[in-house]
Amino acid sequence: MRKITFKEALREALKEEMRRDPTVFLLGEDIGRYWGGAFKVTEGLAAEFGDERVRDTPISESAIVGTAVGAAMTGMRPVAEIMFGDLTALAMDQIANQAAKIRYMFGGQVSAPLVIRTPFGAGVNIASHHSQSLEAWFMHVPGLQVAVPSTAYDAKGLLKTAVRGSNPVFFCEHKLLYPLVGEVPEEEYVVPFGVADVKREGADVTVVATSYMVHKTLNAAKELEKEGVSVEVVDPRTLVPLDKEKIVKSVKKTGRVVVVTEDCKTAGVSAEIAAVVAEEALDYLDAPVKRVAEPDTPIPFSPTLEQHVIPDEKAIIKAVEAVV
Amino acid sequence: MTIDLTKAKLTEMFRKMLEIRLFEEKVFELYGQNLVPGTIHLYAGEEAVAVGVCSALTKNDYITSTHRGHGHCIAKGADLKRTMAEILGKRTGYCKGKGGSMHIADFSIGMLGATAVVGAGLPIAVGAGLSAKLRKTDQVTACFFGEGASNQGTFHESLNLASAWKLPVIFVCENNLYAMGTKQSLVMTIKNIADRAAGYGISGLTIDGNDVLVVYDCTRTAVERARKGEGPTLIECKTYRHKGHSRVDSAKYRPKEEVEEWLRKDPIKHFKEKLLQTKTATDAEIGQIESQVADKIEEAVKFAKESPYPAPEEALEDVYAEEG
Repeated sequence: MRKITFKEALREALKEEMRRDPTVFLLGEDIGRYWGGAFKVTEGLAAEFGDERVRDTPISESAIVGTAVGAAMTGMRPVAEIMFGDLTALAMDQIANQAAKIRYMFGGQVSAPLVIRTPFGAGVNIASHHSQSLEAWFMHVPGLQVAVPSTAYDAKGLLKTAVRGSNPVFFCEHKLLYPLVGEVPEEEYVVPFGVADVKREGADVTVVATSYMVHKTLNAAKELEKEGVSVEVVDPRTLVPLDKEKIVKSVKKTGRVVVVTEDCKTAGVSAEIAAVVAEEALDYLDAPVKRVAEPDTPIPFSPTLEQHVIPDEKAIIKAVEAVV
Repeated sequence: MTIDLTKAKLTEMFRKMLEIRLFEEKVFELYGQNLVPGTIHLYAGEEAVAVGVCSALTKNDYITSTHRGHGHCIAKGADLKRTMAEILGKRTGYCKGKGGSMHIADFSIGMLGATAVVGAGLPIAVGAGLSAKLRKTDQVTACFFGEGASNQGTFHESLNLASAWKLPVIFVCENNLYAMGTKQSLVMTIKNIADRAAGYGISGLTIDGNDVLVVYDCTRTAVERARKGEGPTLIECKTYRHKGHSRVDSAKYRPKEEVEEWLRKDPIKHFKEKLLQTKTATDAEIGQIESQVADKIEEAVKFAKESPYPAPEEALEDVYAEEG
């Protein structure tokens, strides 16, 4: 099968959806013809679709998201880019109080079919304001859906689903994933929300991992295989809706679970997944739930510091070894 | 000022203003009878703004509203019964009891909903304006907000963006001199909010917000400019709320003389006198409108009182749109 990067897969998804549906348009800082997005995801799109549909905005995150909300309420399908996940804090009212709630508080009269794409995650030495993993913030706001693709295939299929859907979607793109190459078919497909993907089958322990951590977990699983430990890797792909069924099913099969996410441990994504397992599969567990996550610090700058707080293969192996 | 309006249009404007006034008086009364849950922010005293603006719009045009939004809804043509039912938390209300006084919306008449976060409606109005531009309709969006909201960052972001993109948005600042209990002069050194328009390169007007014809006239000019693609206008309407900020507020921070002065400038009294003086309407005709409006309000109250509350489990509906 054809192989393309995660970034190219996202761009293809946007391009195909913009060709298919004239109400789809993009807005964000530096996403247009001069820069093509800070991470170049939208490069070339302005040339095809014009400046009206690929709109460079001022540095006004609230207005970017609010504009998307207003446009979505009145018949358009905006895809907004917030240049770094950390900067969503600037648009938080529009995301959490407006986009997320307008359907509910207006009694279901209206939908807000907008997508907010944002690069997030640590690992490139850009310190505390450009590196956090904040998915849990958005999981905590009813009305939003949250996608966390880990592969080029999933990125394209999930983004297409996000653009076509009727709900506001917070779409998290780990910046280390952009250059990763994966198999993506030429033909049309979508990946539905709320359907986890077993990225590797195994028998001894379930590791639920998200986004870039899926790849670290797959590396760890290879190492563990040498020790005779068979790891099943479950990638939820979307955090809202969360495919609890598939996670629980895998845990019931293996009897052991480790949750690996890059966000802070306290009240993080891993806490929610661990709680789901505790509520729905506790009797099937042969060992306590283990979590591998960021140790509740801001992301530091210096490489030695940053690497110390980002979960790595060693930490994952250690956690798995502790439960098997 | 151009007063070239038909008798029918003028009396309709009077009728709408009166509907708002009597509606608000009734809401105040019902609150005292414990029939209104939560709180209320009454529009009484500011009727000339909502009616003046909405009378210059068509049904297809949009408005965004605020926590003090009953008047905007009624002026745009919302059904009094469903508005009252929503305020009473009933199943038959516009939002099925999920929004209440601060979140009424009616998308069928372009009323894009009231947001109770001060200043949050501005970027949404920009989005509706962009949507109209991209869909190539001639719809205009009027965005209501108070002088307090003009100190939010969203004001800056939104006026700048609407100006940069020449969007058909009319920013209507209802300057009632107090942001909750904070007098404008305590937190701003400028007197006129419209002075801020210069910072965005757009037209800004400060007008008598208690004169419905002045408001209408200025809005009509702004609408014409917007439809011609000449961009946004900021219209600051000096006005005054007759009651306190919310139901619990007796507004002791306002000097008695100031209140009396503004009560003398009551927009409805003022307009009624004008209609009589210009012989646009007779006493009998005014009397007939007054009794018709009073009846209509009673019908709305009856409808709202007799309507059922939502079933408790309806609280779980409308969080997400169903995909399909």
